[in-house]
Amino acid sequence: MQTNLADFIKDTPDGREADAILRTCVHCGFCTATCPTYQLLGDELDGPRGRIYLIKQMLEGKPVTEKTQLHLDRCLTCRSCETTCPSGVKYHRLLDIGRKVLNERVPRPLAQRLVRTALKEALPRPWIFRPAVAAGQLVRPLLPQVLSDKVPTSAPGQSRGWPEKSNHPRRMLVLAGCVQPGLAPNTNAATARLLDRIGITLFEAPEAGCCGALRFHLDAQEQALDDMRRNIDAWWPHVEQGVEAIVMTASGCGAHVKEYGLLLKDDPAYAAKAERIAALTLDISEVLAAEAEKLKPLLVTRQHPPLKLAFHSPCTLQHGQKIKGVVEELLQAAGVELTPVPDPHLCCGSAGTYSILQPALSKQLRDNKLAALNSGAPAAIVTANIGCQTHLQAGSAKPVRHWVEIIEERL
Amino acid sequence: MAFANDVRFPVDRREILGRLQAILPRHLVLAEEEELRPYECDGLTAYRALPLIVVLPETETQVGAILKACHELKVPLVPRGAATGLSGGAMPHEDGVVLSLARFKKILKIDPLSRTAVVQPGVRNLAVSEAAAPYGLYYAPDPSSQIACTIGGNVAENSGGVHCLKYGLTVHNVLKVRGFTINGEAVEFGAEALDAAGLDLLAIINGSEGLLAVITEVTVKLTPKPELAQVVLAYFDDVQKAGNAVADVIAAGIIPGGLEMMDKPATHAVEPYVKAGYDLDAEAVLLCESDGTPVEVAEEIERMKAVLEKSGATSLVVSQNEAERLRFWAGRKAAFPAVGRITPDYLCMDGTIPRKRLAEMLEAIADLSVKYGLRCANVFHAGDGNLHPLIMYDANQPGELERATAFGSEILELSVKLGGTITGEHGVGVEKVDLMAAQFTPAEISAFHRLKAAFDEKGLLNPGKGIPTLARCREYTQTRGAAAVTPPPRF
Repeated sequence: MQTNLADFIKDTPDGREADAILRTCVHCGFCTATCPTYQLLGDELDGPRGRIYLIKQMLEGKPVTEKTQLHLDRCLTCRSCETTCPSGVKYHRLLDIGRKVLNERVPRPLAQRLVRTALKEALPRPWIFRPAVAAGQLVRPLLPQVLSDKVPTSAPGQSRGWPEKSNHPRRMLVLAGCVQPGLAPNTNAATARLLDRIGITLFEAPEAGCCGALRFHLDAQEQALDDMRRNIDAWWPHVEQGVEAIVMTASGCGAHVKEYGLLLKDDPAYAAKAERIAALTLDISEVLAAEAEKLKPLLVTRQHPPLKLAFHSPCTLQHGQKIKGVVEELLQAAGVELTPVPDPHLCCGSAGTYSILQPALSKQLRDNKLAALNSGAPAAIVTANIGCQTHLQAGSAKPVRHWVEIIEERL
Repeated sequence: MAFANDVRFPVDRREILGRLQAILPRHLVLAEEEELRPYECDGLTAYRALPLIVVLPETETQVGAILKACHELKVPLVPRGAATGLSGGAMPHEDGVVLSLARFKKILKIDPLSRTAVVQPGVRNLAVSEAAAPYGLYYAPDPSSQIACTIGGNVAENSGGVHCLKYGLTVHNVLKVRGFTINGEAVEFGAEALDAAGLDLLAIINGSEGLLAVITEVTVKLTPKPELAQVVLAYFDDVQKAGNAVADVIAAGIIPGGLEMMDKPATHAVEPYVKAGYDLDAEAVLLCESDGTPVEVAEEIERMKAVLEKSGATSLVVSQNEAERLRFWAGRKAAFPAVGRITPDYLCMDGTIPRKRLAEMLEAIADLSVKYGLRCANVFHAGDGNLHPLIMYDANQPGELERATAFGSEILELSVKLGGTITGEHGVGVEKVDLMAAQFTPAEISAFHRLKAAFDEKGLLNPGKGIPTLARCREYTQTRGAAAVTPPPRF
C-alpha cells in the first residue's frame, strides 16, 4: 500500500515500524471475513482493513477525531485478522502504535478517563482487586450489570493448594498474574500439582505482578513498560540460576510476555533480558505437550467416567501465540470427548477490559460464543485464559474452568 | 492514483445528505472525510476516489428509498459489497454516494430438495457453502477471495474460481436475482425454474458490474459434494512446458474439477504462509483435481498422471487425504495477497486466452517483465485459459505504478491478439475501461451504452465503469490503434 508518513513520526522507531507494516498490506479484505466486529457491524471502519486505513491517515498527518477513536476502541485486539492475513500484516503492532498516537491527539472525555484509570490502577494490584471482589460480592445486586457480571457469585473455586514439598532439580517459574489469584486460585495450584507429578517444581516470584497487558491496552503504554521491567527484575535472578521456563497459565499474559523482547527492544538496559525472558516463556500447553511422554502413562492409570467438554480457545492462544490443537490433543489423551464448536476462530468478547469498556458488543459476542460452545451439549466449558473464563462464566449456567484443572483431576 | 472520472455530476451535497439522513439512522450515514477515506478504494488500491457520502442500509425499503433520492437529485451511486474486487468496480464516484450492502448478511433459506439457497447479497461466498454443508451440498463458484467476497459482488462481476472449469461461472449457478433499479423500483431477474419467460435478463445482470441495478437478494443453485476429490500436483522445470501440459490435459478429453498453475515466484510467496509443502525448486506447478465417486477419481487420476508425465512433469504428488487436498489448494487461494509478502503493491491482470496459446503468453510476459523492469508472478486458472499475472511494483517509487499499468495493458492487448479477452472474471471496472476499446468497436460500445440507458437513463449507477465513454474510446484508438480484431458483433 502506498504510504507517505508525516514528519512527526516518519523517522522515529514507531514510524519506521508502522510504515513497514502498512506496506505489507495489499488491501485484499480477507481479514474482514474473520473479524468479529466487522461481522457484527458491517462497516469497513469496524474491520481491520478500515482500521489500518484510519491509522494510516492519522500517521500521514490528516486530522483525527473521536470518530477514529471509536473504531479503534471497538477493536478487540483478538488478532483473528493476523491468522487470516496471507500477506503477514502485523496488525496488532500497527494498532498499538496507532492507539498511542491517537491517545496523544484525541483526549478522552473525563468519564472515560476515570473508568480507564480505575481499571488500570485497580486490576493489576491484588491488594486492591481482591478486597474489591469480596466487597463486590456483598453489594452485587446494587452494581450495574456490566460490573456485577464480572464479580464471581460465590467464593472463587476451591483450590486444593500447592504441593506440600516439591523439590525437583527441574524448576520452572510461573506468573501469578494480577486477577487470576483472586478469581481462580486453583489454576496455578493445579498446574503446580500436575508438574510436580512429572518431576518439575513450579514456583512464583512474589515480586512479579501484572504482565503489563492491561495497562498496555488502556492508553498507558509507558506505565505498562514499567510493569514489564519490574517482572524482568523479579525473574532475572531465577533465570540466572537456570529455570527451565517461565510458564503462563493465562494465554492473555503469555501472548504479552512473549512480546517483551519486541516491546522493550529500544530500551538498552532491558532489551537483551527481555528477549531472553520472551524466549523462555511457554504456555502451559506447550510445557505439557513437550512432556507428553511422561504425562500420558499417568493419564491412563485410572478409569474415569465419560466427560464431554467444549473447549474455547482464547484468541491470545490461537491467534496471539498461534497454538492450535495442542490443548485439544492433551484433553483427548486424558479421555475427554470434545464437542464440535462452530466458528472457533471468533472472540468471546472478553478481550481484557473490552467487556467493561464495550459492553454491548461484548455481550453480543459472548451470547454467540456460548451458543456455539453449547451446540454440542457439553457438560462443561474449558478455556485457557482467566479473562475468557470469567466472562463466559457470567453468562453460563454450566461451569467454565481452566482446562489444566481437568487434566490434573484425571491423574 | 486519484482516478479522474470523466463523467461528472453537479451535486448539492447538503441536499442529498439531508435526504439520506431522513431515510437512515445517524450511524448508518457516513459523511466526514475521516470516515469516508477508508472507503476510497476496493481491492485495487491503485485507483481511488473519495465519495461524498457512504450509506449502510439494512432493509430493502431503505435501499429503494436511497435510490429514489439519488435518482431524483441526479446523484451518482456506487454499490459496494465486500470490496475485494480487483478491477476497481466498487471505487466510489467523487460526486456520489457509496451504498454498502455489507449489512445484508442473512442466509434466508436453504432448500436441500430443490438444491437452492436464497441469500442476501452481503453473505460471504464461503458462508453459503458452510451453511449448505450439513445437507451434503455446496455453492460451486469459488473465487480465491471466497472467504471474504460476497454473493452480491460475485453476481455483479460474474465471478469465477478454481472450480469453474467444470462447474461454471456465477451466471451458471444463479437462478434468480432480486434488486432495485436506479429509480427505486424493485426488479427480479430469472426465476426458481431453470429458465424464465421472456428475454434472458438474468444473464445480463450477471457481470453487470453495478451498472444496471442494486442487488438485494440472490437465489443460487447448490451442487452435491462429490464423494471424493483428489488433487495432483505436477511440477515442471519450465513454465512453458507447464503451459503446454494444460492444453494436453484438455486435449485428452479430461475436464478436471480444477486445473490451476502457479510459477516459482508465486509458490515462493505463499509457502511461508500456508506451508503446503510445495516444491520450491520447480519452475511451475500445476494443480489438477479430479472429483466424483472413488472409482471415477482413481481412474481419472491415473489418466491425468499419464498425460502430465508425458507432458514433461518432473514429479507428481497426489493428495492422500482431504486435509492435504485443502492445504494444496490453500496456497493457490491465498496466492494474490501472499504476494504482498514480497512486494508492497501489485496489479493483478485478468486476461483470458485460448489454452493452446498459454506457453506463448508466458514467454511474452517474461519478456515484458524485463522490458518494464518489474517482477511478475503468474497464477493462472489454467484450465479455462484465464491468466492472473501479478505485476509487482512499489507505489512509493515515482513512476512504478505507471510502468506497471503499461505492462498490464500490453498483456491484455496481447490477450486480445491471441484470440482472447481483457477480462475473464474480475470485471472491467475502472481498471480496464480504456482497454474495452482494444476489444470492441465503437458500434459495439454504443450498443452497450444503449443497454445501460434502458435501465439507467441518467447514467447514475456506477458511472465511468465497465463501458468507456465514446470520447475515451476515441482517445484510446488514437494513441494505441483501433480494436485489434474486428470480429462480428458478439451479442
